[in-house]
Amino acid sequence: MKRLMLGNEAVARGAYESGVKVSTAYPGTPSTEITEFIAKYEEIYAQWSPNEKVALEVAIGSSISGARSICAMKHVGLNVAADPLFTVSYTGVNGGLVIIVADDPGMHSSQNEQDSRYYARSAHIPMLEPSDSQEAKDFVKEAFNISEKYDTPVLIRLTTRLSHSQSLVKTSQPDEVALKEYNKDATKYVMMPGMAIKRHVVVENRMNQITEDASKFVLNDASYDDLEVGFITSGIPYQYVKEVFPNASVLKLGMVNPLPKSLIQDFCSKVKKVYIIEELEPIFEEQIKSWGIEVIGKDLLTVQGEYSANLLKEKIKNEDLNLAAAETLPGRPPVLCAGCPHRSIYYRLNKLGKHATGDIGCYTLGAIEPLKGLDTCIDMGASIPMLHGIEKARGREYTKDWVAIIGDSTFVHSGITGLIDIVYNKGCSTVMILDNSTTGMTGHQDNPATGVTLKGEKTKQLDLPLLCKSVGINRVRVVDPFKYKDLENAITEETSIEEPSVIIAKAPCQLLDKHSVPKQNYIDVEKCKDCGMCLKLGCPAIKKSHGIMVIDDTLCVGCNLCIGVCKFQAIKKAGVQ
Amino acid sequence: METKSILLVGVGGQGTILASKLLTTGLMEAGYDVKMSEIHGMSQRGGSVSSQVRYGKQVQSPVIELGGADILVSFEKMEALRWLEYLKPQGKVVVNDFKILPMPALSGKEEYSEKILEELSSKVETKIIDAGKEALKLGNAKVMNVILLGSTIKMMELTDIDWNKIIEDNVKPGFVDINKTALEAGMKLV
Repeated sequence: MKRLMLGNEAVARGAYESGVKVSTAYPGTPSTEITEFIAKYEEIYAQWSPNEKVALEVAIGSSISGARSICAMKHVGLNVAADPLFTVSYTGVNGGLVIIVADDPGMHSSQNEQDSRYYARSAHIPMLEPSDSQEAKDFVKEAFNISEKYDTPVLIRLTTRLSHSQSLVKTSQPDEVALKEYNKDATKYVMMPGMAIKRHVVVENRMNQITEDASKFVLNDASYDDLEVGFITSGIPYQYVKEVFPNASVLKLGMVNPLPKSLIQDFCSKVKKVYIIEELEPIFEEQIKSWGIEVIGKDLLTVQGEYSANLLKEKIKNEDLNLAAAETLPGRPPVLCAGCPHRSIYYRLNKLGKHATGDIGCYTLGAIEPLKGLDTCIDMGASIPMLHGIEKARGREYTKDWVAIIGDSTFVHSGITGLIDIVYNKGCSTVMILDNSTTGMTGHQDNPATGVTLKGEKTKQLDLPLLCKSVGINRVRVVDPFKYKDLENAITEETSIEEPSVIIAKAPCQLLDKHSVPKQNYIDVEKCKDCGMCLKLGCPAIKKSHGIMVIDDTLCVGCNLCIGVCKFQAIKKAGVQ
Repeated sequence: METKSILLVGVGGQGTILASKLLTTGLMEAGYDVKMSEIHGMSQRGGSVSSQVRYGKQVQSPVIELGGADILVSFEKMEALRWLEYLKPQGKVVVNDFKILPMPALSGKEEYSEKILEELSSKVETKIIDAGKEALKLGNAKVMNVILLGSTIKMMELTDIDWNKIIEDNVKPGFVDINKTALEAGMKLV
């Protein structure tokens, strides 16, 4: 049977058909749906972990105990999981272990566009890269076979365009895969120097063997047609090559690490002019050139962003696309939703003249116009230690004008260690945890602080105030961000004292409450003085139309934030005169 | 047959993803090879979004090229202009007469042109429909997306496909009837 599937859904189907027992992840665009789809299979145990390192370690444990296991994350998540990654390469596996990593060329939803193929190279782990949803499913099955045959974890690299494109997939019945026997073996699973030195030899031999076999893998496919011009490519760019050059010779690499050296040498000896089409870094190109083969790559094509059929036409066929100049239109950046509890925080911080180190989540949107409420955003959890660093560099008086802003899920992911650092090293920073009871930006996943598992079961709910107190924070207060006086007082008081503090601003993401009846506010035009204060909230529901301020009643959810902002009492609740 | 490309654009939250899901499912059941590319994540929070649908005998790229769309269906007026360079020179535009002000226009920093529809019509073959009004007539503002889908289907001459069945199979039971009516209403608008 054929079905249309997102690349991510196809990966999940591949896990199911491979007899996977345990699946772990931390959500991150564009990888999130993989584990959400896997969770729908009753046969598979699936969980969100607090972060990618924990997720991978759970999957490693499960693999060593004999079960086929899969772990998914976005590219920057692999940075967090890099520690176990490099050493599980040494231990190898028992039940197959497949790690899915989704890169984001073009940064649709990320803070950088690093290329995960470097991890495969430096950790000496085989990596596959599919080019459509069918391959996404098939390559997962192939990855488990390779993992168990060569005793190695296997990485699969996706990109946003693959993860979030749909194409037809032929499904089949799941394989019956029994648990493998577990045998205690410290020489394989306890990586101390004495054992690891010996395992490193195993790793090198394994990768040499796979390199030799790779030229025969069906994953790597050389098709010869026009011998004047040829392409070496992988993943989604393969589709662009086929679109623009249907008659060219193409070597499509399904395995992007290690490279099939003899197959590539053979291809390049038959085809006169060979282009390397790879998004992001020149990883194929540099290796192939190091073998003394002349190919064309990044001299012509960029290391930035997504490729496209247009780009190949322009750069390789020298086609003038002859398009009219694009319109200059007002941009449409993403915004905090109407009724979002984060808006209130940034409005108050602005009013009080506070700076803020920021973090990763919906609340990062508070950095842009008109709120402009954040000074920094680097990586998950960075807000807290960065503020501590500022304090240690410039002193407590200076940081009385600063807070750290972090969401609930991000705090659990890697904010708590920063908080411990502040307490341990006698810092005085004020940390604001914006607890909206969900992992918002990635599409509302549960996390330890919501008390619900990925499978939708109730579990012990992480008590954030208690957690903060237990690491040594004496001053922990929970405020409702919509009670702006309370919020303002809390910020003013906590930033003025000589000890560390945590303010938990607790209000659920307004998108969670799908059943509430809209309660629209309106603006009394008689009272409105057109001062523009309400526009400073950056609420998508408030606008100036034909010279007067109005509230869009299809967007307003009645959070009443604007009522508190208006100095002339011109904004009123629906039904109130 | 040559691969056809349908570009659905709008603002995050307008339901382009559901419309393109129904569209691609119908195309698949009609026996076409289909690929669709959509945007999730950050842009979904009120940003500019697109769903790109391509179908034919064998489809390679899931992404529509500049100058490659047979039809551009815009759920919001200004987005039609933003994506216009993706339309083929002889391509058609279906545009919803519906305005969502982006933040720079809300805050008064930039101007939202009042002449978008005239500009579009002067450049390309443009069908203007008021799916918002039509949706309110049906009693649910949210079915705007399926009304626009109906118009798209009619414009692309895909009415032979059993769309009612596609809706029954893919929409929550309580919303099947209204979506069927919405689809039909959309077909009649063009």
